Amino acid sequence: MAKMTLEQLRKLREEKKGEMDKREVEGKNIQIIVGMGTCGIAAGAKQTFEEIIREVDANGLAAQVVIRQTGCMGLCHVEPTVEVVMPDMPDTIYGRVDGAIAKEIVVRHVLGKALLENHIYDRPAVDIVKQ
Amino acid sequence: MHYSVCDFLLDIVQNSIEAGSANIVLKILEENRLLEVYVEDNGKGMDKEELEKIRDPFYSDGQKHSKRKVGLGIPFLLHAVELAGGSCNIASKKGKGTIVSFSFPMDSIDSPPLGDLPGLFLSSMCFDGNYELSIYRRNKEADIDYVLHRSELLEIIGSFNKADALLDLKDFLVSQELASGEVVS
Repeated sequence: MAKMTLEQLRKLREEKKGEMDKREVEGKNIQIIVGMGTCGIAAGAKQTFEEIIREVDANGLAAQVVIRQTGCMGLCHVEPTVEVVMPDMPDTIYGRVDGAIAKEIVVRHVLGKALLENHIYDRPAVDIVKQ
Repeated sequence: MHYSVCDFLLDIVQNSIEAGSANIVLKILEENRLLEVYVEDNGKGMDKEELEKIRDPFYSDGQKHSKRKVGLGIPFLLHAVELAGGSCNIASKKGKGTIVSFSFPMDSIDSPPLGDLPGLFLSSMCFDGNYELSIYRRNKEADIDYVLHRSELLEIIGSFNKADALLDLKDFLVSQELASGEVVS
């Protein structure tokens, strides 16, 4: 790899765009949200985020999945936290999500539609639930 | 506790975004074994009293989490700076914005490692919202000198939510840390 220019990045994206357009589905309906507050950052949420990006791409899910970052979800004791929102599955917040668990979330929850039971922390902490 | 300088910075940038900033400037400069960092935003800013309180780990404005009694981002940074013999300055004006600047002597054994800069830049750009983030990065000794603008990169990659776009962006960001003419496999 050599230093890439903005033009090279543009060209790379344009090459991939044609390929992606073929796979693009109407309205992405799966969201994976990574908590990136002070607590998440300290616990390694940045690595979790990057592992999710890699795994979503490796499994050909880029056209269906929106990957987002948010602040603290109120579960500081089990950071890094990841929320998955998708059809046919309950909205789920996972805790203690390191790289390996991040990979399992994509493969087992998103693709396999099964819950990772030992990592579920399904309700936000009481201080951030809207009254 | 944060491990690297990049961890502190991601926290500060996230504070800026949550403070409603439309423009954030991040400078990371290395010269003569000194790391100098500067983050400026035009968010809601703080008055003198609030500015004093953010140094207290047992203070939080309670806006984000009403029952939370701690705010650790800035206290973590101040602790690390003090330990390493660096410096830190925080200036803010209510309604105008905030400037956080700090430095670490890179030869001090107590200075945190710089960390994963491309990962920091990627995450800093991926929060929701229409904020502009301008990054100025220079390391004279390593022949690294570049400027990045979030809006320009968004126009090129199309989305900060798509895995394939983010992987290409990460490759681009990693390549910026190479010296001119340097090639790695």
